[in-house]
Amino acid sequence: MRNTWIVAIALSFAAPALANDIGQVKVAKGAVQVERAGKRVAATVGMPVRTSDVLVTGADGSAGVTFSDNSLVSVGPNSVFAIDKYRFDSTTHVGEFEGSLRKGKLAAVSGKMVKQTPESMKIRTPSSVMAVRGTEFVVEVKEPAAAPAAR
Amino acid sequence: MRLAAAAILVLAVAGCADAPGPRIPVGPELFAVIPGPTGHVGSIVVRSGGDEKVLDQAYSASRVKADGSTEAARLSPDEVARSFGGTIQALPGRPASFLLYFREGKDELTPVSRVELEKVFAELKRRPAPDIVVIGHTDTVGNLAFNDRLSLARAERLREMMVELGIPPERIQAAGRGKRELLVQTDDNVSEPRNRRVEISVR
Repeated sequence: MRNTWIVAIALSFAAPALANDIGQVKVAKGAVQVERAGKRVAATVGMPVRTSDVLVTGADGSAGVTFSDNSLVSVGPNSVFAIDKYRFDSTTHVGEFEGSLRKGKLAAVSGKMVKQTPESMKIRTPSSVMAVRGTEFVVEVKEPAAAPAAR
Repeated sequence: MRLAAAAILVLAVAGCADAPGPRIPVGPELFAVIPGPTGHVGSIVVRSGGDEKVLDQAYSASRVKADGSTEAARLSPDEVARSFGGTIQALPGRPASFLLYFREGKDELTPVSRVELEKVFAELKRRPAPDIVVIGHTDTVGNLAFNDRLSLARAERLREMMVELGIPPERIQAAGRGKRELLVQTDDNVSEPRNRRVEISVR
């Protein structure tokens, strides 16, 4: 009886609508855009985030994203942050999160995957790789002096 | 011999630069650990070139300078507020967690849990574009796979209840943690009602 019920539920859960969504924009102030498949759209609060998205903020912009494992990431003004890899198993909490801060400022609070597997979250910058054991941290990448315009 | 060594060196340098094209000068970088709201301090590891720095004190920092060298630093809370205040302010609200229990053998919540469910709805109103994860947990009776399925089924049942109460289905997900995250530590195959719970994470 109990087993039948479980099977019925499992079937009803077979087609999750949010399969590609790995998080949501929760904060968007000023100019914030999401670059996806070569196109840039204005970020709005509630907008789903996917792997390979790039967050781009203007001079007055800042944005915050909550990921499915409860990792929290925010970017400040004039920032470019790319989500290179993200996967998270909500049953085992095993996952992998790799992002790149190309320029600007980032603050983050690690989530369930780092609690399960320290260093499973990594933030790359032009010259470094930071691995997260927990929990809260900030990163800044300044533009090089007299550099060609960063993308 | 010398030539071979030089060739390897060149390759290694080329391998460092991810992007093709001319080498772009490095901008200064800064990494720092900051304490959480409860004072908890974690740690990060920063690897730059051949250098590795572990930062595990509140406000401990590492700077990468324009010439690529790194130095340890310590920031003051004021410096963090000045440089990162706006960025930290843009962090989303911390997820809030609520525990609910079903009546033994019944398909309805305990009276205490019904009150708790009202708190969930109050929390939803406080957040912009909230989303919910309903996470089922079991006790240790049965094997791992069985409990993974059972916990997901319980979470999915509560998810349905919440959709009936007006939560848009696309904003609520179900997950099953089985017996992997016990509230009360027990041996295997122990019936423990406090472990048979459903957690609602609002974020």
